[in-house]
Amino acid sequence: MEIKHTALAGTLESSDVQITLSEGKGISIDLDSQVEKQFGKQIKKVVTDLLAKYEINNVKVHVVDKGALDCTIKARLIAAIQRATDTQNEQNWGVLE
Amino acid sequence: MLNKVNREIPDEILKDKNYKPFETTEIGNPETTYVAHEVKVSQGNDKLVDSIKDVIAKVGLKDGMTISFHHHFREGDFVFNMVMQEIIDEGFKDLTLAPSSLTNVMNDMVIKAIKAGTVTHITSSGMRGSLGDFISHGGLKDPVVLRSHGNRARSIENGDIKIDVAFLGVPNSDAVGNANAIKGDAVFGSMGYSLMDAKYADKVVLLTDTIMPYPNTPASVKQTQVDYVVKVSKVGDPEKIGSGATRFTKDPKELKIAKTVNQVITHSPYFKDGFSFQTGSGGAALAVSRYLRESMIDRNIKASFALGGITKPTVDLLEEGLVNKILDVQDFDKGAAASMANNENQQEIDSSWYADPYNKGAAVNQLDVCILSALEIDTKFNVNVMTGSDGVLRGAIGGHQDAANAKLTIISAPLVRGRIATVVPDVTTVVTPGDSIDVLVTEVGIAINPRRKDLIEALKDVPGVPVYTIEELQKRAEAIVGKPEKLQFTDRPVALIEYRDGSLIDTVYQVKD
Amino acid sequence: MERLRRTMMFVPGNNPAMIKDAGIYGADSIMFDLEDSVSLAEKDAARMLVFEALKNVDYGNSELVVRINGLDTDMGKADIYAMVKAGVQVIRLPKTETPDDVVETEKVIAEAEKFFGIENGRTHMMAAIESAEGVLNAPAIAKASDRLIGIALGAEDYVTNMKTHRYPDGAELSFARNMILHGARAAGIAAFDTVYSDVDNTEGFNHEVEIIHELGFDGKSVINPRQIPLVNAIYAPSEKEIRNAKAVLNAIEEAHKKGSGVISLHGKMVDKPVVARAERTMALAKASHLVDKEGNIYVE
Repeated sequence: MEIKHTALAGTLESSDVQITLSEGKGISIDLDSQVEKQFGKQIKKVVTDLLAKYEINNVKVHVVDKGALDCTIKARLIAAIQRATDTQNEQNWGVLE
Repeated sequence: MLNKVNREIPDEILKDKNYKPFETTEIGNPETTYVAHEVKVSQGNDKLVDSIKDVIAKVGLKDGMTISFHHHFREGDFVFNMVMQEIIDEGFKDLTLAPSSLTNVMNDMVIKAIKAGTVTHITSSGMRGSLGDFISHGGLKDPVVLRSHGNRARSIENGDIKIDVAFLGVPNSDAVGNANAIKGDAVFGSMGYSLMDAKYADKVVLLTDTIMPYPNTPASVKQTQVDYVVKVSKVGDPEKIGSGATRFTKDPKELKIAKTVNQVITHSPYFKDGFSFQTGSGGAALAVSRYLRESMIDRNIKASFALGGITKPTVDLLEEGLVNKILDVQDFDKGAAASMANNENQQEIDSSWYADPYNKGAAVNQLDVCILSALEIDTKFNVNVMTGSDGVLRGAIGGHQDAANAKLTIISAPLVRGRIATVVPDVTTVVTPGDSIDVLVTEVGIAINPRRKDLIEALKDVPGVPVYTIEELQKRAEAIVGKPEKLQFTDRPVALIEYRDGSLIDTVYQVKD
Repeated sequence: MERLRRTMMFVPGNNPAMIKDAGIYGADSIMFDLEDSVSLAEKDAARMLVFEALKNVDYGNSELVVRINGLDTDMGKADIYAMVKAGVQVIRLPKTETPDDVVETEKVIAEAEKFFGIENGRTHMMAAIESAEGVLNAPAIAKASDRLIGIALGAEDYVTNMKTHRYPDGAELSFARNMILHGARAAGIAAFDTVYSDVDNTEGFNHEVEIIHELGFDGKSVINPRQIPLVNAIYAPSEKEIRNAKAVLNAIEEAHKKGSGVISLHGKMVDKPVVARAERTMALAKASHLVDKEGNIYVE
């Protein structure tokens, strides 16, 4: 899938995460998190795994994490992907286990 | 070597600093000798000094000396920064800073003093914010020594901390040094921690914005102890000394924890007429006081005393007749500070009386129930109140190790905070050993230290309070947040955590970024 | 026996902090809201957040309900598909006016179950009644689908529709409550009362819960966890009721032992409704922590 335009999902409230996707070459992830030392790798893994499922190979990902759980990160990334690809109401059921 | 809580203590620190590794929470009956201090005899007629600059000259401050302050003004403190700035400006070097604790308002000045070479050694109850960050990143060559309030009293008495000059801010004093903290603009109630400095420092300097007619009574610090009194424009910001009107938490999770804490207390064998308690501060602690009040009325039970840092809700219990006496080492809010002037049953106590392990018996030894907080607690019930989950200094021992001496010590903490587990396999830093912790209360249920078979029996059937093993709670927390990566530290110690008896319980290392 | 539904806690569907902690307060049912509490621009994000939470967060024994957006919006169908796939127990319809609203929603749910290869009928439903028309149709709505587990009163829209507003004595809701309750009872499903939004007014809240408890509602919708223990306290049976219920259940056991089909207590025959009430009383007593697992009354 191709990112059509910049889009973001999520908020900066506690336990949430704000993910911004924009066009890029290859995948680059820029992470800002209070728990980066403890969970930085895990957060990036959640992001890259999900991008792979959507077959998105070119994207700039900006993650501002406020202590979100993995399931919240996934939900926000899915929402951001759907927004950046204009597919909000065309769920890709295959990627949701 | 590994100490009794399985912490690796570097041999060179044990040797160079003459430390014993932590062994046991049992204090026993060792013999000790208290040190005396110098006295420069005064007739008391020329104590009043105009400026900090002058008083620094008069007390004969020299490079290499130890200076002390108290933290009773908390975030409203003006005294520390005024005095330290002057000391830095005059170019003093190599001082040891030995305050009762360090609050955020002092952080920038401490960092400045370290960078100037003015301060090269620190002992404190704790540190937070930018200073904690600075120290954790190796900002000070010599490791900071962190002590509980009781341990600071012990260390002052036996000379481990030898204070050359104590600079003590007070809301009022007369010209010869009779002072209290219950009158004036910047009242903070009990002078608890600073009374040790007044008693044991070679030179005692009071700083105040309000000079009272002689004799200024009631006197917490007495004219016999004081060398000089300095009149300054303002000692503190009353708005920031204590939290204002006490607001009970509305956070449903904190309320649930508080309610469960109360159930644990009321179902324990200690909840009977004449029991005693310490609740501490913070939203959940205040809510506990409210639930406890209801239970005391329902069951017609009165407490003999409440101990420690005091809040308005505790004073309310005193005024309602539900608590007979308050032993008050510190006041957390205006209400508690103000009431000290009116309530003869709100007794000011110094930190030795409060919590010192090496005197002839401290108040904590008489304590039945104590509620404490935790940044982390591990499956051995060891508690960390000093370092964050990133390994950076951001807390204070306070009276934690001391009050954990109570017959029923309850840790009240949420299972997780954001994405950080509170219940962990191993705490980042051991501050209070698991041997002195009895019950952990979380929002999902409680865990009881297996050592306490009696409590396991007493609390096994409390309605609506599920009992788990602490391992179960730890796994549950991990299931929510995931398994964190291990923190990376360098091999350079930045802080030494003493147990209350002066043995070394843990070492904090410089963080790797 | 049917489950207890004393409290249904509303959780805004786009709030990760509240969604994460919703399981710890002992609500009998948790209702994640994709409708009124979520702004139009965030509907897609809330849907995914609730989806992931249902898949990953442990909510213990609470019944899990999601209020979807109506099928008359762009979001309704996507909401249903996502929640069916997530395995939600109950889908709550927003404003329901006629039995057809239920039937149409059921169709989409059945479609979604088929699409995902999920057993037909696994997803239950409940309907919220929020208008004069809905109230008048309540008995028919309650019988419109076998998937329905209950109907609920949504008072805010209802009072607006009735050209009135909420009053402390609840007289303005009296007819609606009775219609909904009768509709639910006639259909053999649960009846839920509306929310009480003044969270700090404990007295007013308790008064309202007493009214609906007396009427016979299964429970109340709550918007703050602090309201849960208040509802539970009012729904807790008295010691006398518990002793009575135990006597009835003991009599049943005795009769079974004797192989007798006729159950009698104090010389009177015990019929089916009495047994059902005794079972419900004991379930409430257990949930209120008034008796232990064996049904013995706790003594202080």
